[in-house]
Amino acid sequence: MSVEKAKAAKKNKKRNRLIFRTIILALLLVAVIYALVSNFNKDKTDISVGSQAPDFKLEQINDNNDLENVKLSDYEGKGVMLNFWGTWCDPCKKEMPYMQSLYPEYKKKGVEIIAVNLDTTKLVVDKFINKFDLTFPVPYDSNKEVRDSYQVGNIPSTFFINPDGEIVEMVEGGMTLNKIEGYLQQILPEQ
Amino acid sequence: MNKIKCECGHVNPEGTVLCEACGKPVEGNQHIDGNDQRKLLNMRYDGSARRSQTYNKSIVDKIWNFFSSVKVGVWLIVLALIASAIGTIFPQEQYIPADATSRAPSVFYEAQYGTIGQIYYQLGFHNLYGSWWYMLLIALIGVSLVICSIDRFVPLYKALRMQKPKRHTTFLKRQRLFSETEQVSADEKEKLVSGLKKQRYKVWEENGHVLAEKGRFSRWGPYVNHIGLILVLIAALLRMTTFMYIDDYVWVREGEQTVIPGTEGEYYIKNKDFILETYDENDERFKEAINKQGNVAKNYQTNAIIYKKKGDNVAGADPELEKVTEEKIRMNHPLKFDGYTLYQAGYQQNEFKSMTFKVHETDDPKETSLGSFTIDLTEPKDKYQLDDGFSVDVTQYYPDYELEEDEPASETPYPRNPAFVFTVHPPENEEPETSFVGIGKNIDATGENDYKLGIENFDTRYVSGLTVRRDYTLPLFIIGAAIFMIGVIQGMYWQHRRIWLHPKEEGIMVAGHTNKNWFGLKKDIEQVIADTNVNMVDDQLETD
Repeated sequence: MSVEKAKAAKKNKKRNRLIFRTIILALLLVAVIYALVSNFNKDKTDISVGSQAPDFKLEQINDNNDLENVKLSDYEGKGVMLNFWGTWCDPCKKEMPYMQSLYPEYKKKGVEIIAVNLDTTKLVVDKFINKFDLTFPVPYDSNKEVRDSYQVGNIPSTFFINPDGEIVEMVEGGMTLNKIEGYLQQILPEQ
Repeated sequence: MNKIKCECGHVNPEGTVLCEACGKPVEGNQHIDGNDQRKLLNMRYDGSARRSQTYNKSIVDKIWNFFSSVKVGVWLIVLALIASAIGTIFPQEQYIPADATSRAPSVFYEAQYGTIGQIYYQLGFHNLYGSWWYMLLIALIGVSLVICSIDRFVPLYKALRMQKPKRHTTFLKRQRLFSETEQVSADEKEKLVSGLKKQRYKVWEENGHVLAEKGRFSRWGPYVNHIGLILVLIAALLRMTTFMYIDDYVWVREGEQTVIPGTEGEYYIKNKDFILETYDENDERFKEAINKQGNVAKNYQTNAIIYKKKGDNVAGADPELEKVTEEKIRMNHPLKFDGYTLYQAGYQQNEFKSMTFKVHETDDPKETSLGSFTIDLTEPKDKYQLDDGFSVDVTQYYPDYELEEDEPASETPYPRNPAFVFTVHPPENEEPETSFVGIGKNIDATGENDYKLGIENFDTRYVSGLTVRRDYTLPLFIIGAAIFMIGVIQGMYWQHRRIWLHPKEEGIMVAGHTNKNWFGLKKDIEQVIADTNVNMVDDQLETD
């Protein structure tokens, strides 16, 4: 073996080694990134702040409101306070009057309050609505599909959705009047 | 790259500790495998050049060398273990107790455990297996496994392929099993070789020098095992994706239909009937046990229909459904459809489905019915008209009645303990009367009611609980675990044994090496040298 040949062989070996290691490391890096990204996206398909609020269409059961159905996409360009509640749940009952007191004013300002009910019978809901004279729409989620699509665990759960249909805030648990108003301020349409 | 030419003529790659062909220790590289100043050679990886110990030039090499260190691998595993241990201190997110003040993790941990809880939450320990850094740690363990394996398997494979029967005397003398015999006849040398063959050694000869070897494939055990482990890791990573893995739970009442969670609103289940069968207490075989134990369930079964949503309606809009299948889901006999599996996992009983009330006069001891009405609790009405001119208004309904701070309330939306406030309108425009009726309760608010309501009859129904699963990663887990096990068995139950015979003038040198079970190797050598005057090998470890 001449010196040049040896040198060339050495160079080749070196290059091959570098290529091999680079390929293996690149493959592993791709696998790691894939794992992390898919995990991250899993959280993304979850309902979270910044994600688009899933559309739904439900029967509206509040007799004080003239809507037959509620379809979320009809409220594009308006802010929506989407509340999930039930008559058996104490904190839900507590915040209903607050929501009612804010409703007329904010409806004028372009924010709709929608309270999706999760009870199993309309009767109890009717009784409750009449007791508190609620006027905002109450869609009735009889087969819990909308609850499922919003991944609501405990109620009350409230989503504040901006005019572009993005979730701006998610609140689990009851809220005070001031808190609700503060959140409503965040989803006012541009004047 | 400096090749090292050994005196036997073989050219070794840089970093070689023992010549690949003849085993002679390479000058100046003895520190790499700790052969310095020791009588016995360290035979790890057969003294081959582990490249990572040698080249450390480019950034790629540096990363490679970092991961190829077993020390780093062990540290990564230790870190993962510590993290897993810390993850058990407070409950994971999905196990936050249902009665917690708030189940939102951002609130719960701080409220329950103070600052430490807050830190725990912010570092992602509340959802450990889904936290990015824990996943990264597991992924790095995977990387370390791959690179450690490549970096050791390749040189070892080469060294074992390159080895020549003729070994350097230094190599032989510094093996753990070694003996030298001054006078050995050619016949006896022949005998040794045939003895080795009889012991099922593969024998290579090269002008009198002999290498006998068996069980080399046992050396690949760890690498096979690592391939299995890597497959298991990949399966675990795939489990992170909802496409590959879903685990959910659904309650469905008899006669009701509900969306199956985890199917993105695509599938619905209808519970036609739930069946709970118990063993017959009069059966001689079970009598004793049942007396001791109470009733024992024999079968839990849901007769279910699965529907699939047609088209792409929005959630909640009346979906158009088509039937997929109708099946009996029994304990240990799950229902499989379109990749999903439904397991019978629980039930609730004593939920009321309907109740029948009758009206009678308060002071009638016989409680003769003046008319009755039935309330369907899935859809109670406002008003019930009775036959005899009575009508009853449902003024309040509490599906699951309890007193909360002296206020009647419903604990859940499910009719487990129904209670009503009825307003009875007797015929002929008598004054309406109000009374409160529930299970075991019948309260007359004024104490002056002429009429009373009583429960005449009721119907209960079951609620069936089903686990929803979709797991495409299982086959990969099984394959990975099987390969892992094959690797373990390969490395555990076979040993790599080598015996070298080195003729020397009139005599012979015998040396032996194995990666485990030295006793077995000595036994082999004993058998081979029986009836010859070759000296038995010394175990030099004991005399070291």
